[in-house]
Amino acid sequence: MVFVIGASVLKVGDHWEKSLRNLAAEASIAAIRDAGEVDVDYLIVANSLSGVINGQENLGSYIASHLGLIGVPAVKVEAANASGAAAAMLAGSLIRSGEARRILVVGVEKMTDYTSLEDSNTALSTLIDSEYEAFHGATLDSMHALVMRDYMRKYRISREDFSYFPIIMHENAVDTPHAQYRFKVDLNAYITSPLIAEPLSMMDVPGISDGAAALVLSSKDEGPNGNAKIVSSGQATDRISLYNRTSLVEMPSIRMALKRALSRVDDFKPDFYSIEEYSSVSGYIAVEELGLVGRGEAYKLFRDGEARRDGSTPVNPEGGSKARGDPIGATSVYQLAEAYFQLTGRAQGWQVSGARRALVLSIGGLGSNSIVHLMEGA
Amino acid sequence: MWAYWLSVPSHWREIPARYRLEGGICRSCGHTMLPKEDICPVCGSRDIAVKQLPRRGTVVNYSVIWNAPRGYEYYTPYIIALVRLEDGTMVLSQLTDVTPSEVAEGMEVEMVLRKVRVSGESGIIAYAYKFRPLMRGD
Repeated sequence: MVFVIGASVLKVGDHWEKSLRNLAAEASIAAIRDAGEVDVDYLIVANSLSGVINGQENLGSYIASHLGLIGVPAVKVEAANASGAAAAMLAGSLIRSGEARRILVVGVEKMTDYTSLEDSNTALSTLIDSEYEAFHGATLDSMHALVMRDYMRKYRISREDFSYFPIIMHENAVDTPHAQYRFKVDLNAYITSPLIAEPLSMMDVPGISDGAAALVLSSKDEGPNGNAKIVSSGQATDRISLYNRTSLVEMPSIRMALKRALSRVDDFKPDFYSIEEYSSVSGYIAVEELGLVGRGEAYKLFRDGEARRDGSTPVNPEGGSKARGDPIGATSVYQLAEAYFQLTGRAQGWQVSGARRALVLSIGGLGSNSIVHLMEGA
Repeated sequence: MWAYWLSVPSHWREIPARYRLEGGICRSCGHTMLPKEDICPVCGSRDIAVKQLPRRGTVVNYSVIWNAPRGYEYYTPYIIALVRLEDGTMVLSQLTDVTPSEVAEGMEVEMVLRKVRVSGESGIIAYAYKFRPLMRGD
């Protein structure tokens, strides 16, 4: 069994005064303290864009050196926005195999060292196919825009119907201390938000941010602040290029990852869902692929308030990528850390009452790499 | 931010596809593709032949980009589109010689060779396919 025995999340935002390694160290130290100052025998760094933005690779050694973990085996794991979920999945395997007993998983992304949108777009476009999409000027945002247009056409919904998603996400984030955007938005803010890749607007996607979060995973049921179990995990990939896909409004990798995760448990009924969504439309497709609603009906879940933190099917009680913030390679470590805080009853102010089980879905790229973790309070 | 720089060899090896729409056809299931893959994405066959793809097609989906990456600011706003070629092959490309308000799904287009970007220490100019509205009477 794999236990989460400690975690930490830094506030997502602009950390001008801190470097990649400062952020990673701050989150790591806080997580180790949370776990009771334990020793770790393995380090996994989750990150996606350090080579492009920070000119630094070999992050395993880089972060281990900075943490004084000399001699401890360390690697970087990369799977776009799902890097942290992939890191946790590999950590789980190492623990179950006996290769490691306690693993520090730290997710870190330092995106604001370049300050222009052109540079952010260039970095993010490395998450799509570089030679036949990005070369032609396509961006991650524009790929989501193509999906959004197809979704609107297929299900006959309007652009305004996507507003329910950011509205709920921002509402949730108001109570989340570590969230990037702790303010509410309304339909008018959505409609007047500038288009960045038509029909997708600034309100459909996350901002640019720095962030770091960390987890301490253990083979033992230990830790002074309570722990949670990773009960099962599943991962699946899809074609990276949109032009190679048979449907733009489906993400079969989510279905496959879910099926794999569920195949190892008897009956799993989550009390809340954590979904890494890069855009409103991928958030909608995600809840449909998880089977929470029928195709084209995701907007109702958000419009009718069922997805609220106190609703019947809570989704992203902390505000999701949209409002908590989306430091790409670190984001899914945030998700797992947040789920840990929920399951140990420590999500003060943003707690889902009585949360015992969580389904954490992380989507890398545009559904090209999906990972599901099923978690339970220990 | 090295991702901005275009390397000469990486562009050079894609020239048949980018200049001439030279793609692939699976000898096993007939699936056509751009670029030519090593393994057919539909049936998994490794028997793929070079195929000259048709230069005409139809816009099936598009987006107008207002936030460009480095190297594309000059074109902003520009249009990227999923184009279905006459033989069914899907490609992603920029549209040219057309304004955003004139674009529509179902619009017939043809391939033209255009400058895509200028980049790198040597100032390499990369040309590639773009699609423009099909001229009536052609």
